[in-house]
Amino acid sequence: METIERAIDPSHMKISDEIAIQIRAMNKWYGQFHVLRDINLTVHRGERIVICGPSGSGKSTLIRCINRLEEHQSGQIVVDGTELTSDLKNIDTVRSEVGMVFQHFNLFPHLTILENCTLAPIWVRKVPKEEAEETAMHFLRKVKIPDQAHKYPGQLSGGQQQRVAIARSLCMKPRIMLFDEPTSALDPEMIKEVLDTMISLAEEGMTMLCVTHEMGFAQAVANRVVFMDQGQIVEQNTPREFFNNPQSERTKMFLSQILGH
Amino acid sequence: MSDTHAQTVPFVRDTMLPQAAPPAGQAGAVRWLRENLFSGWVNTVLTLLGLLALFVLVKEMAPWFLHSVWNANTLTECRQIVADRWGPDATGACWAMIRERWPQFLFGFYPSNLYWRPVTALVLLFVALAPVLFPGVPRRLMVFSVLYPFLGFWLLWGGSIWLPVVAILGFVIGYAVWRVLQRRSPLLALLGGIVAALVWWLFLAGPVNEALTSALPLGLEMVRSDRFGGFVLSLTIGVAAISLSLPLGIMLALGRQSDMFLIKTMSVCFIEFIRGVPLITLLFTASLLLNYFLPPGTNFDIILRVIIMVTLFAAAYIAEVIRGGLAALPRGQYEAGNALGLNYFQAQRLIILPQALKISIPGIVSTFIGLFKDTTLVIFVGLLDPLKGITDAVRASTDWKGIYWEPYIFVGAIFFLFCFGMSRYSMHLERRLKRDHR
Amino acid sequence: MANAVEKPKDSFRPSMLLYDTRYRSLTIQIVVFALFVAAAAWLIDNTVRNLSALGKDFDFGFLGVRAGYDIAQHLIPYTQNSTHAQAMLVGLLNTLLIAVMGCALATVIGVIVGVLRLSSNWLVARLMTVYVEMFRNVPVLLWILLFYTVFSEASPTPAAFRGEDGQSMLLGLFAVTNRYTAIPDVAVERGFGTLDLGLFSLNLTFAAIVVVLAASFYVRHRLKARARAVQESTGRRPSTWWKSLLIVVLPIALLLWVLGTHLLVPSLSGFNFTGGINVPNSFMALWLALSFYTGAFIAEIVRAGILAVSRGQSEAAFALGLRPRRTMSLVILPQALRVIVPPLISQFLNLTKNSSLAIAVGYLDLRGTLGGITLNQTGRELECVLLMMLIYLAISLIISGGMNVYNSRIRLKER
Repeated sequence: METIERAIDPSHMKISDEIAIQIRAMNKWYGQFHVLRDINLTVHRGERIVICGPSGSGKSTLIRCINRLEEHQSGQIVVDGTELTSDLKNIDTVRSEVGMVFQHFNLFPHLTILENCTLAPIWVRKVPKEEAEETAMHFLRKVKIPDQAHKYPGQLSGGQQQRVAIARSLCMKPRIMLFDEPTSALDPEMIKEVLDTMISLAEEGMTMLCVTHEMGFAQAVANRVVFMDQGQIVEQNTPREFFNNPQSERTKMFLSQILGH
Repeated sequence: MSDTHAQTVPFVRDTMLPQAAPPAGQAGAVRWLRENLFSGWVNTVLTLLGLLALFVLVKEMAPWFLHSVWNANTLTECRQIVADRWGPDATGACWAMIRERWPQFLFGFYPSNLYWRPVTALVLLFVALAPVLFPGVPRRLMVFSVLYPFLGFWLLWGGSIWLPVVAILGFVIGYAVWRVLQRRSPLLALLGGIVAALVWWLFLAGPVNEALTSALPLGLEMVRSDRFGGFVLSLTIGVAAISLSLPLGIMLALGRQSDMFLIKTMSVCFIEFIRGVPLITLLFTASLLLNYFLPPGTNFDIILRVIIMVTLFAAAYIAEVIRGGLAALPRGQYEAGNALGLNYFQAQRLIILPQALKISIPGIVSTFIGLFKDTTLVIFVGLLDPLKGITDAVRASTDWKGIYWEPYIFVGAIFFLFCFGMSRYSMHLERRLKRDHR
Repeated sequence: MANAVEKPKDSFRPSMLLYDTRYRSLTIQIVVFALFVAAAAWLIDNTVRNLSALGKDFDFGFLGVRAGYDIAQHLIPYTQNSTHAQAMLVGLLNTLLIAVMGCALATVIGVIVGVLRLSSNWLVARLMTVYVEMFRNVPVLLWILLFYTVFSEASPTPAAFRGEDGQSMLLGLFAVTNRYTAIPDVAVERGFGTLDLGLFSLNLTFAAIVVVLAASFYVRHRLKARARAVQESTGRRPSTWWKSLLIVVLPIALLLWVLGTHLLVPSLSGFNFTGGINVPNSFMALWLALSFYTGAFIAEIVRAGILAVSRGQSEAAFALGLRPRRTMSLVILPQALRVIVPPLISQFLNLTKNSSLAIAVGYLDLRGTLGGITLNQTGRELECVLLMMLIYLAISLIISGGMNVYNSRIRLKER
């Protein structure tokens, strides 16, 4: 966890009063199984939140609810002023405002890197092709792989693929980014290149929710850490407090397991 | 604005929430119905169409099945019973035909006093298969599996017991010669073994067989091939072709993967030729052309000829399945084999094939299912398969003239049981393999 | 570069043929090839001796001889006086007809069933599973015989359609009888006549229809290309579906109206239907049985193809804001097709080969003409069976060759 230094001084980061995501008393069941229990979470614009917790604690489900890859059954989720209901219009609005990066990249293997990045801008944002390609190249330069634009995902390394996935999301110019364990499928030496990309994104003030086990990243970038267990939020605090002075027994146990060795 | 901004108010939950039940309308039968049958109008329409189709099928077929007659001697008698019981317009199934004729569906025209022989052969087949299919069975039973083909042949066709014994002796002699020469040179041993066995079969086996038969005439009553029919015929051809095609298929697959140009070309040509023509034309070759290709005067059993052709046919398909398995193995396995100093055959036998075969099992089983279904095509070379051969034979009698549905349904059901069982077994194997690999 | 150690000039020893990697594979190949040639020579020698013993020769001259038998369904002019070669051609065309129509129907059935098996609708998914398992696990010959029996035993005679209280025709257009299925024929009042081109005559009406259709599809193709260009420059894709529908439908409808096209509905006169086309039940049974049987296999292929595209792909597309329809056409289908097409083609091959079972219901295909009646009449087993195999082989090789080209074109690029 010491590998990444405190990259961002939180006191310099702009966190506005504007609310980006508001979750109130949200519950979700898989059949009879109660996966998310009474979730209350408010995210302000510019916040960088790391969600951690043991596996099966519902972290991924929670952020997948935010762009409605999963449906919640009670409570309220409001993203950028749009409430997520079964209304397709609202879902479309939210999805085009919220970018998501997956654990297994989920690049489209039949399209080139460039086509992966321009697909959604062209078909969802209705951007002219040339403009979409310019934007795509801009973001590919930003994630430092412009020279791979005409290759296919299968020809890239895992770290490169994940950076393309980030660029692909950014091409939609999202206001919020969700990261679902973006580094867990990567080799150690590739984790850093992806984390660096995420850090630079954070430095630009992107609102980020990130499910990850990279505690170094949490300390370096997050302004808040949310700890989940058994489908509920058990503790949330600033990274400094969270790591140095955990309150609940569960948090202490989790931290001792994950940092113990 | 900073870290200590109001929104990052620390939060600690002191009591964990218990598991709660989903809200009403989200559970139970109502929810199940809504989610599975009536979610959205497309689904509702599909459900209604499905129900309609089911209703029509049941309405059309249920009375026929409910009015089944199990006791009658002729079709007219059957129809009379149906008319008496359920009115003149009623239709009913006449299963009495199956009741009377089932031995023919199973055994064809095999002499009825000898039915115990195919039955014993079938039971022993399962004993022979057990060590191959189930890992828990003792390995020593493999000896029986190896001897089974000869035993099965003898039980089915009968004749002197010395014929299979003499045939086995050929293998034993070949093996003995190979064993003795093995120390000198492996290649010499292989050649010597083959030559010794061939010499035995071609020149010595005949006289020895005759001598033994006249000295000790042990044997079973001979049954000619034209008495075979029904499922006994299907199973005989199916099992024989399946077991023979596997080794041949492996050889062809290895040949196709070989770097030797000639061997590869020959394997590819053979496989593509066989896969390119319908089985029926190969069966034709068996019945019409084999007499041209063999030395004048040779005339051997039609079932044997069909088995040879079906074996060649299945081998080509199996070769393609195994080739897929070989291709799926990582290159490293071959390199590791070579690095350990194994020669080609050792590497194949100990490292490559066990893994490739494991991967190919589902494909091999589905080839076998196809092969078993295809045994019905032997009707076109005059053998009495259970589907058309026996059914036509049954209809040829005045008693059962005009009976169509019942025999087809009966035979179809039996085929379904066999094939469905095999495919479920292969799915089970697939799951077990996946578990093993994890 | 001066080599300190000179490569030892090894003299050739016979044992090197086996134990030297340079010669070993050559030796093995020569031995195997010699064995192969010997076996082939032995077979050919046997054949020659057998033929001479029977007083036969190996000659395809019989193909030019008058056939002298009837073929009920012939797509090209054929009479008893035609030659065996023509009979063979009629059979081949019948085989191809059943193969093409079978593949088309099997694909339709397979795609629908494969998609429905994945449906969240419990009842429909189960029903489709039952269909697939039932058809896959029973010999295709049984389905052919069963369908034939449905037609020949469970259908009314043509005469049963007579009168007020007789059987009524399906939609007033089709009549399934125990001998044939009567379907409407299409006729034109004002045809364009035919053009005699010496070798063959060209039906101008038919040609006009083909030309108009081809032109419509070309214009539609241009329309789509234009829509793509507009989308690329402005970002807005003009809606094309109603325009392309009009372009395809309107001209051909106009042409058919000009030609005065109408349906000739079959009607009962005497004991038989006339006016329409009477499709023999052997064809119907074979066609339906092969289609439903192969359809079950295709359904499994389609299902596997869709499942092979991981859930992550559609989730990623949704997360980017793509609607389900676009996700299907831009992300799922292009990937699923790569998985589906190769086994699909091999099912087409299987269907074509299985069509040789036509003999079970008396439909005269290649196997029935060349490998059946011609063979029996001329007694040329060797020539007929070999020729038949070659033709089937050629069909298979053409189809699988096409598949290989397609495969190499769409293969995913990976390291």
